[in-house]
Amino acid sequence: MTDHFGKLTSKDFASDQDIRWCPGCGDYSVLANVQRVMPELGIPRENFVFVSGIGCSSRFPYYMNTYGFHTIHGRAPAFATGIKASRPDLSVWVVTGDGDGLSIGGNHLLHTIRRNIDIQILLFNNRVYGLTKGQYSPTSPIGMRTQSTPDGSIDHPIDPLAFALGAGATFVARTIDVDGPHLQQMLRRAHSHPGTALIEILQNCPVYNDNEWIEVEDRKSRINAALVLEDGEPLLFGSEDQRRGIRLHDGIPTVVELQKGEDPIAAGVAVHNERTQTPAYAFALASLKRPEFPLPIGVFRAVETATYDALLQGQVADAIVKRGAGSLYDLLHSGDTWTVGPS
Amino acid sequence: MNAMSGKVPAKAVRQIEGVAIRFTGDSGDGMQLTGTKFTEATALAGNELATLPDYPAEIRAPAGTLAGVSGFQIHFSSKSVRTPADHPDVLVAFNPAALRANIDDVRPGGMVIVNSNSFTDKSLKRAGYAEDPRPSLRDRYAMVEIPLTRLNREVLKDLDISMRDADRCKNFFALGLMYWLYHRPMEPTERWLENRFKGDLLEANLRVLRAGHAFGETTELLPVSYIVPKAKIQPGVYRNVTGNTALAWGIVAAGALMQKDVFLGAYPITPASDVLHEVARHRHFGVKTFQAEDEISAISAAIGASFAGVLSVTTTSGPGFVLKQEALGLAVMAELPLVVIDIQRAGPSTGMPTKIEQADLLLALYGRNSDSPMPVIAPLSPGDCFYTVLEAFEWAVKYMTPVVVLSNGHLANSSEPWRIPDIETLSRPRITHWTDAKTFQPYARNPETLARPWAIPGTPGLEHRIGGLAKEQTTGNVSYDPENNEQMIRLRAEKVARIAVDIPPIEIDGPESGELLVVGWGGTFGAITSAVEAARVDGKPVSSIQLRHLNPFPTNLEQILRRFDKILVPELNQGQLVRLLRSEFLVPAIGMNKVRGQPFLIEELRARIDELLSEETSP
Ligand code: SF4
Repeated sequence: MTDHFGKLTSKDFASDQDIRWCPGCGDYSVLANVQRVMPELGIPRENFVFVSGIGCSSRFPYYMNTYGFHTIHGRAPAFATGIKASRPDLSVWVVTGDGDGLSIGGNHLLHTIRRNIDIQILLFNNRVYGLTKGQYSPTSPIGMRTQSTPDGSIDHPIDPLAFALGAGATFVARTIDVDGPHLQQMLRRAHSHPGTALIEILQNCPVYNDNEWIEVEDRKSRINAALVLEDGEPLLFGSEDQRRGIRLHDGIPTVVELQKGEDPIAAGVAVHNERTQTPAYAFALASLKRPEFPLPIGVFRAVETATYDALLQGQVADAIVKRGAGSLYDLLHSGDTWTVGPS
Repeated sequence: MNAMSGKVPAKAVRQIEGVAIRFTGDSGDGMQLTGTKFTEATALAGNELATLPDYPAEIRAPAGTLAGVSGFQIHFSSKSVRTPADHPDVLVAFNPAALRANIDDVRPGGMVIVNSNSFTDKSLKRAGYAEDPRPSLRDRYAMVEIPLTRLNREVLKDLDISMRDADRCKNFFALGLMYWLYHRPMEPTERWLENRFKGDLLEANLRVLRAGHAFGETTELLPVSYIVPKAKIQPGVYRNVTGNTALAWGIVAAGALMQKDVFLGAYPITPASDVLHEVARHRHFGVKTFQAEDEISAISAAIGASFAGVLSVTTTSGPGFVLKQEALGLAVMAELPLVVIDIQRAGPSTGMPTKIEQADLLLALYGRNSDSPMPVIAPLSPGDCFYTVLEAFEWAVKYMTPVVVLSNGHLANSSEPWRIPDIETLSRPRITHWTDAKTFQPYARNPETLARPWAIPGTPGLEHRIGGLAKEQTTGNVSYDPENNEQMIRLRAEKVARIAVDIPPIEIDGPESGELLVVGWGGTFGAITSAVEAARVDGKPVSSIQLRHLNPFPTNLEQILRRFDKILVPELNQGQLVRLLRSEFLVPAIGMNKVRGQPFLIEELRARIDELLSEETSP
């Protein structure tokens, strides 16, 4: 095994445990790509911590040869908060799913994002409960038939990124399980972002919800079905001979057909700016849904503001500067005391 | 003290052993502050004392109603004091509602001081009095009727403050009067006022305080003042401390003594929030506090911090403790050090949040799915809360386990003079984290304590995964092996059981064997010990023990139980410890149970003790 001063490889991040996901599960690809990116981040392996809740995706930490904590359903962001708040030197990654993160754990996800603690959250969205054998999830579409919804789901789905943006997320991105290069790029971006970075990973569950994202997973149809966000570039999609763009008028998106060679900016196509201060812009992108619109992938929003862990650490440091390191004697003798002498 | 009715020479001074006073008024009248200041002065006067604040659950209940009555009782003496006393000798009532809510508790013949200006038709009606109760009370109590509002306004009439602000000072008039009545020093309160107020408000409060004192000297309403001589107290430096402050300082002290950063995760809940508030003031000890979005997050973050290698703790009360159980189960499985402080309150459900109960014992022991054993400690007094937290942290890191501390709302808010410990005498456990990669196994056990190693992120070569799934012995890998699972469950139970070697043998108060043993636990210590000692003074053959360690029990507990014919177990619940003692030791322990949101009265314990002793012992 390579020591932590030498160059690590993806193998160094693979644990010795047998992987227990179903054959063909999208999680395999995500795991392989995470293991590939880790060695590039310039962080000693022992400083990585992977934290998860309950669900198929939450098995993830067992397969990473880093520190890992497989916790309880929905609470991984809270565990990660305690880890990062007490040890800001660690690189903390949460792995969760649409059920774990948005149903039972919705409250923790909301508050973790709002505090902007410096962790990465990988939310695997397969729009179904896998581990409990196929019930509909908070991201499942209306009408989805499952064992618990034989007549079709009547729950309105939630969009993970719209949820995160509503909570004040400073970084949100979306990527696809099988698109290695893009997934890796998003992981690097999330890691370099100071604050909570949430990546929605569109993930296929071949057993309970096969081909949910096939339009964007399939290389051929992706050209028309996905809109790849590039900072500073116009919102364009479609093949060379059938280019289209997204126009935003009063925050309302419409699709513009472009003539061959037509200047998209002149045609009113919006230019992507990750640093747009108002979340309304990223929210408008998050509202783009198939089949009316292409599904955006990439970084929706990346703005910088103070992180919870740094502020907390700062308060402790300030208190020590102002008051000196705490003295137990002074604490116990503070306020009114009196002495009882020997009688 | 005795009846006030007899003719006494003007301004006589009489010496008494002790007295219990209850200050009562509207929640806006500043009764807690009045009581606290009187307590400080009393501590400085060298008496033993115990206090009990009693405030309404509503933050601002309608003024003048029974729901809005707030009270503060202090019992002080030249002899030993262990409880705030069953019945106050003196009641100070700022309005008719306060009088009505408290008069039945006053010792017959006791003194009742009222604000005569408050007996208007309107406030009588608000209090639910059909007619002025004073005439009928004059036969039964020494009524002292003082026009408090008027006197107070007169003192302040030339100051440029509003009538409202002026009226808000009148508690200090009463306080000054009580200082005169019991010869308490005024300086600490004056010093406090000087630090707290400026300008006209400072002037107003100081004036009123001194005017109250001067009024005592001159008024004919109070012909006698009282001296309570100093108590014989163990030499040392003392301060007043409430249970919640002692818990908070225990948390801070644990970090300082073990040379570790501390992480406290908490969610606001009555009556535990003050612990969070107090700890948050001491960041310069390297203490981080995290106000979480809910109880579950609070404990989850604390467990995360423990995994990351800091001392971690979460504080809560009953309903919050319930919410934490799932995460607590994970802490048992992951075998991580954690202290959980539950300040029990009256339930079930939301119950009576500001009232007293000790009914979470079985929850602490058995509140999780499957067999999930956990050590439990319960402090005996406000000051003991400090040591309990230190002990809990010591166990948590030594045995790699969560530890529960069961305080209660009574200990939380009561204060007592506390002898400040000599810091050099406090134990300073050394924490070592595993570092050797060659020999590391996440679930290898220390042969003596059965603790697994505390290996923390950032240590090269010890990368490992833990979680809630069943663990293989030694490696900690996920395992569904039936044999392994049973062994792991037994090992965890054995680990907790072995903590017994660290528990000192429990001491009996009274004869070592005999007819009746009273067994209490936690915060009922004061009432039980007072009742048992009083019974012995009357020649009754009765002893008592008060359990601080509820899991595991002290090793000599069984032998002690077997040396007595009868065992009485008073608890502020429907019979939890008694159930444990009966099932664990097959002894015929008898329960005595109270769930009224109030502490035990000494007299009711006495009555039950006398009753049991007069019964024929069954063959
Ligand atoms: S159930 Fe679906 S999500 Fe879970 S492991 Fe199997 S394929 Fe993957």
